[in-house]
Amino acid sequence: MSPLDHKLLRDLWRVKGQAGAIGAVIAVGVLMLVMMTGLVASLSETRNAYYDRCRLADIFAPVARAPERLANRLAEIPGVSSAQTRVVGRALIDVPDQTLPVQAQAVSLPDRGRPALNDVFLTDGRLPASGRSDEILLLQSFATAHDLRPGDSLRATMNGARRSFDIVGLAQSPEFLYTTAPGELVPDDARFGVIWMGRSGLAAAYDMAGAFNEVLIGLARDASENAVLDEVDRVLAPYGGSGAYPLADQLSNRFVSEEISGLEAATVGVPPIFLAVAAFLLYIVIGRMVQSERQEIGLMKAFGYTNAEVGGHYFKLILAIATGGALAGCLGGIAAGRALISVYTDYYKFPFLVFQLDPASFATGVAVSILSASAGGLLVLRRVFALTPATAMSPPTPPNFTRTGRIGLSLNRFLDQPSRMVLRRLTRQPVRMAGSVIGIASGMALSVAMITIYAGFDRTIDLTFSVVDRSDVSVSFTHPISDKTLFELVRLSGVQRAEPVRNVGVVLRHGLKSHRGVLIGLPAAPELNRALDADLVPIPLPAHGVVLSDVLADMLGVSPGDTLEVDVREGRQPLLELPVAGTARTLLGSPAYMDMEALNRALREPRRISGAYLNIDAAQSDRIYAALQNMPTVAGVSVKSQARDAFVALMNQGAGAIRYVMGAIAFVITFGIVYNAARIALAERSRDLASLRVIGFSRAEAAFVLLGELAVVTVIALPVGALLGYYLSFGIAAGFSTDLYQIPAIFDPVSYGQATLVVVCAALISGWLVKRDLDRADLVEALKARE
Amino acid sequence: MQLPAYATKGLTKVYGEGRSAVHALRGVDLEIPAGEIVVLLGPSGSGKSTLLNIIGGLDRGTAGEVLFRDQRLHEMSDAELTRYRRDHVGFVFQFYNLMPSLTARENVELVTEIAADPMDPDEALSLVGLKERTDHFPAQLSGGEQQRVAIARAIAKQPDVLFCDEPTGALDSATGRSVLKVLADVNARLGSTVLMVTHASSQAQMADRVIHFADGNIGEIVENRNKLTPEQIAW
Repeated sequence: MSPLDHKLLRDLWRVKGQAGAIGAVIAVGVLMLVMMTGLVASLSETRNAYYDRCRLADIFAPVARAPERLANRLAEIPGVSSAQTRVVGRALIDVPDQTLPVQAQAVSLPDRGRPALNDVFLTDGRLPASGRSDEILLLQSFATAHDLRPGDSLRATMNGARRSFDIVGLAQSPEFLYTTAPGELVPDDARFGVIWMGRSGLAAAYDMAGAFNEVLIGLARDASENAVLDEVDRVLAPYGGSGAYPLADQLSNRFVSEEISGLEAATVGVPPIFLAVAAFLLYIVIGRMVQSERQEIGLMKAFGYTNAEVGGHYFKLILAIATGGALAGCLGGIAAGRALISVYTDYYKFPFLVFQLDPASFATGVAVSILSASAGGLLVLRRVFALTPATAMSPPTPPNFTRTGRIGLSLNRFLDQPSRMVLRRLTRQPVRMAGSVIGIASGMALSVAMITIYAGFDRTIDLTFSVVDRSDVSVSFTHPISDKTLFELVRLSGVQRAEPVRNVGVVLRHGLKSHRGVLIGLPAAPELNRALDADLVPIPLPAHGVVLSDVLADMLGVSPGDTLEVDVREGRQPLLELPVAGTARTLLGSPAYMDMEALNRALREPRRISGAYLNIDAAQSDRIYAALQNMPTVAGVSVKSQARDAFVALMNQGAGAIRYVMGAIAFVITFGIVYNAARIALAERSRDLASLRVIGFSRAEAAFVLLGELAVVTVIALPVGALLGYYLSFGIAAGFSTDLYQIPAIFDPVSYGQATLVVVCAALISGWLVKRDLDRADLVEALKARE
Repeated sequence: MQLPAYATKGLTKVYGEGRSAVHALRGVDLEIPAGEIVVLLGPSGSGKSTLLNIIGGLDRGTAGEVLFRDQRLHEMSDAELTRYRRDHVGFVFQFYNLMPSLTARENVELVTEIAADPMDPDEALSLVGLKERTDHFPAQLSGGEQQRVAIARAIAKQPDVLFCDEPTGALDSATGRSVLKVLADVNARLGSTVLMVTHASSQAQMADRVIHFADGNIGEIVENRNKLTPEQIAW
C-alpha cells in the first residue's frame, strides 16, 4: 500500500462526518430511484405471472342467453386458442351486522375439473364438490372483511330466491383484484363479494341450464384481437351479445394497470428530480471539501508528486464517497422496495410476489452519483493545480476581502464587528454563498412541492365528496326505469331531496381510438351531483352533444365540433353519432357528461333514469336503507361516507402512498443540505472562531459569527425555495396524476408555511449540532500552526 | 506589597491515562511578579506552552492551583474564564490569527467593543506603527504588519497580561525585532505583564526574568539585571 493510499484511508476517517452526510444525500437519491423502479418492475411482473398462472382470458363476451353448443363454434374462430363458457349473475349477500345487503357477483366453475380460463387461486379450504349446489367458494378479501371462514354458512339472494350456502373454501382471482360495486368509483373489499359455485347449481338458480351468459376467450399467440372481437360479436349477436371486450377494458385489470402506470409515471417524473438535487449538492459539497485541502495539495506537489498523482488521489477520495453512497442507496432501495412491495401486493391482492429489480436503475443511480461528484471535484482540482508548491511552504495568506471592504460602508456604522464578518463572508464569495442558498432552496422546494401534493390529494378528496357530490346516498336501479320512481323515493320518510341521473354504459369511439366507460346524463341545474370543472365552475351541458373531460378528449383525440361514435352497451344497443359539444378540465376521473334529456332523446327512451342521489335525515338512515332494500328496482345503495373512506384508503394505500416516502426523503435531503452547509462553514472557520474565543468572546458571541451566516443564507433561501417549489409542484403533481384522479398543483399558503417550518427546524437542529461541536472545540487549536 | 501577577502551586497537567499518560507539567510552583517581561525558554515538549495555556485561561490543569492576583483560575467555570480573558488578557499568536474579513482597525475594534476600558483603536495601531494602514485588510499586509495588528489588537484593551506564543516565529529578523520593540514599549507604557514563549534564547536578553523549562518542570529562574532593548539583541 502506497503512502498516498494510507493517507486516503486516514482522510476518509478524518472527514467521516461530512463524507457520511454527502453519502447520505447520494444514498437517498439513488434509494428512491432503485426503490420505485423496482416497485414498478415487480408489480408488472407479478401481475403478468399471476395472469399467466390463472390463465386470465384475453377477451370477455357477455351475452343474454346462448346455448352451450355455441361453445364449439366460438372455439373454432381463427385466432382463438381456447374458449370457456360460464354462468354469471348478480346476488345479494346478507351480512348480519348490516342493514344493507352487500352486492355480489356469482360465477360458475366447471362441474368437473378446473376452468380452462379464469381459474381461481385457492387460498384456503377446497373447491366445491361436484354436484353440490350448496357449496361455494368466497372471495378471500370479502371473507376477511366480514370475518368469514371455510365452515361458515352464508345467506344470499340469487335471482329473487334466498338460499343458504356452506363456505368450503376461499379464493383469489386475477379478474377480481379490484371489486367495485355497480355505480361506484372506488373498490371496497367489504361492499362487494364474489361467490363461485358449480356450474349446474348456478345455472339452475339463474335459469341457464344448457346455456351460458358469458364466454371467455384465450387468444393464440399471433391472433388479431380486433378480428376475434368482431367475429365473437357476430356469433353472439342473435343471442343478445352485449359486445365482447378485451382484457384491457376489463374493470379490475384496468384499475390495476392504471395504478401501476400511475406509479410508473411517478417513477419517471419524481426520482430524477430528487437525484438532480442530490447531484447538485454533491457537486457543491465535494468542491468545497477539495478546496479546504488546498494546503495539502500544494505540499504534496512540493514533495514532487505530479498533478496526475495528486488528482488521482483526490479522485479516489471522491469516488470512495460517491460509490459508497450510491451502493448504500442501492442496498437501501432494495430493502425499501422489498418492504413496500409487500404493502402493494396486499393492496393489489396478489397472492404471491415476483420480486424484480431494474438493473438499469442501479447503473443510472451509480453513474449519476459518480459523475456529479467527479464534476464537483475536478472543477476545484483544476484551480488547485495552478497553485505553486511554494504557497504551501509559507504561512497561509489570509483570504482577500479587499473587494468587499467598501460594500455598504455607510451600513457599517450600524453594525458591530461580528456582524460585519458575517456580511463580508457573504458578499466576498457570492458564488459560494449562492451555492449554499440554492442548495437549501432546493431542499425547501422539495418540501414545498411534497407538502403541496399532500394538500392536493386532500383537496381532490374534499372537493369530490363535499362540493362535486353533495348527496348522502346514491341509489342505482336494476335497469333504466321511469322517472316517476323519483316520487316514490321522495315520499320515503326522512328523504329530503332526490335527484335523478341517467348513466349509460357505452364504448366511445373516434377513428381507431376507443374508450369503454359511462356516459353520465345529468338533469338541468343539478344540486346534489354536479358536473364541475377544476375551478369548481359548473360545466354547462348543452341541449345537444357530449361534454368530455380533457383527459378523455385527449385519449380519444377529439376536440369540440368533432363527431363521436357512441356504441351503447345496454338495452337495444343502438349505435349513435353525437357531436362533442365541449371539453372541460375535471378534478376526478375521466367523465363524459350529457344533458339527461338530450341523452334520453338520443336513446329514444324519454324520461328514463338509472339512479338517484338523495339527501337524507341521518337519524332515519336505517329505516331508509331498509325501505330501499325492499324496492325491487333498487340494485344497489351506496352511502357517501363509506365511499369517501374507501377513496381515502385508495389514495393512502395505492400509488398515492409513495408520497409519504417521498416526503420523508425530501426532509432527509433538506436536513442533509442545511447540516452540510453548517458543517462546512464550521470547518472553514474553526480557527477564526477559536481565535475569537481566545481573545475573550463568549461561546454565544463566537457562535453568532458562524450561525449568523447560516441564518442569513437560510432566510435568503426561503423565498427562493418557495418560488422553485411552486414550479416543482407542477412537475410532481403531473407525475402523480392518473386517468383516475388528477392531482392539482395548488397554491396553498399553509403548505408553504409548513415547508418553511421544515427548513427552519432543519436549520435550528443543524445550528444546534454545530454549536455543540463549536463549544467542544479546543481553544489551544488557535495557537497552533495550521496543519 | 503588590500581589504577583500569577502564582501556581503544584500545577500538574497529564494528557491521557494509565501507561500511555504524558506528564506535561509535573507540579510547577511559580510566582510571576506584575509588570515584568518574562520569557519562557525551553525545548519542544518541555511544557512551556502548556503552562502558558493554563495561566492564559485556555486550558485547565489536572491538579494544583493557579492564582491570577487573588482570583483562583483553577476553580473558575468556562464562562468565568471567558470573562477573565476578556477583561485581563491579551493574546499574540505565532500565526497572527487575524479575521481576514475585517480591516486592521476593525480587527482591533473586535476587541475594543467588548473590553471594559479600551484605548482608541487608532491609537493602538499607531503604537505599533500602523497608523497609515488602518483600512487595509490582512491580505494587503505583510507578515510583520499582520503580527503588529495582532499586537495592537491584544494591547487595545489595555490588558493586565500580554501572552505571546512565539510572536516572532514566522517573521524575519528585522521584522521580528520591530515586533519585540512594540512589546517592550507596551510593557513600559501600560505596565502590562508580558509573558513570552520562544525558542530563540537571544530574545531572553530583553526579559526581566527568564524561566527555563525542562521535562515538565522549571529548571531554573534567572533574573536578568542587564536588560537589553530589542535593538541591542544580536540574533
